[in-house]
Amino acid sequence: MAASENITSSEFIRHHLTNLTFGQHPDGSWGIAHSAAEAGQMGLMAVHLDSLFWSFLLGALFLWMFRSVAVKVTAGIPGGLQNFCEWLCEFVDENVRGSFTSKNDLVAPMALTLFCWIFLMNLMDLIPVELIPRLLQLFGVHYQKIVPTTDPNITFGLALSVFGLIIYYSLRVKGALGFAAELTMHPFEAKNPLLKILFMPINFFLEFVSLVSKPISHSLRLFGNMYAGEMIFILISLMYGTSIVLTLFGGVLQFIWAVFHILVITLQAFIFMVLAIVYMDMAHQHH
Amino acid sequence: MNLNLTLAFQVLFFVIFVWFSKRFVWTPIIGALNERKTRIADGLAAAEQGQAAEQEGRKKAEEVIDEAKQQASEIINKAEKYGSELVEQAKQNAREEEGKILTAARAEIDTEINRARESLRQQVGELAVAGARQILRKEVDASAHAQLLDDLAAKL
Repeated sequence: MAASENITSSEFIRHHLTNLTFGQHPDGSWGIAHSAAEAGQMGLMAVHLDSLFWSFLLGALFLWMFRSVAVKVTAGIPGGLQNFCEWLCEFVDENVRGSFTSKNDLVAPMALTLFCWIFLMNLMDLIPVELIPRLLQLFGVHYQKIVPTTDPNITFGLALSVFGLIIYYSLRVKGALGFAAELTMHPFEAKNPLLKILFMPINFFLEFVSLVSKPISHSLRLFGNMYAGEMIFILISLMYGTSIVLTLFGGVLQFIWAVFHILVITLQAFIFMVLAIVYMDMAHQHH
Repeated sequence: MNLNLTLAFQVLFFVIFVWFSKRFVWTPIIGALNERKTRIADGLAAAEQGQAAEQEGRKKAEEVIDEAKQQASEIINKAEKYGSELVEQAKQNAREEEGKILTAARAEIDTEINRARESLRQQVGELAVAGARQILRKEVDASAHAQLLDDLAAKL
């Protein structure tokens, strides 16, 4: 079905990599973009409806599930779902205890939210790439990317939120001067005041780069892994409908890659959570 | 691959979700976990206490049983002693009674013998007089031969 007569492979791939974008058309009217080029022209004021929909839906699903447990939570014998939620909470709590040395009640719930939310968003990758876009096409929705974490907006959104918390707590714990000192007094240190001042720009450059690289590496790691995984699923789905042998081979490949991907999506969610905890810990450290 | 307003919305979602998660999910669930932890700790402590109390109780019970055993054996000893004393006493009494009965019987026998002897003596005198009367075919004055008769009776 992929490499049918009217669209080429590259068109198929591009189609699958285009978000359902809502924004302002060049002629001034607002609406949904009808092609990748149109979506690109919408610029900064556009919104990826599919990414945001799935992101919100999955986050809400996670919160709804945990909330339904939290409403009737009991310290007595827990039921099945409560057991599961407690297990996740304890897992996150252990990680926070292991990596986060200061006291901040926000870090653990943030880590839990990040882990579960990102895991669910990554999990969308295991749904066959063609399934939901095809279904939606019947209702006139032409573009659909159902894995929010393959959208850099989503991963950067999460990483920048964590980054915002890093800056906020750095300033709150160390004060503006302390934070400034952290950025300018390391890694080159000197007793001599003149040398100190001389080192400041160099230190600031190094520290600033390492500070800014945090959200970038944080988000790009998740995005890159998920984007690559998604791309392989799309490439595998190119085989379908060409010949029986290739279709069967594609099916086997998709199964193998999906099984391997279960590891990747869990690992990436876990890594994102752990890095967020570690960054928060660094923000709370005094030097 | 375009960065746009989606990012801002995602940040907004993040803020809302983390706030909700902290306020309505994490706090109650971790609260329940901590409560269970204290409950379990309390339960374990109570169990330990119970075990200690049980051991103490057992020790005490053993002491009580030992004491009771000792008392019982003492009581049995005393009872045995008392019993043997009673038997001894009874034997003594029986012996005394026996002696008394024997002496009484002997005394009675003696008096019986004397009485019999007495009556025999009288009868002997009469018999002798009667015998002599037969022999002499005449009246014998008993009073005249009283001296003789008495001598005879004394010889019996």
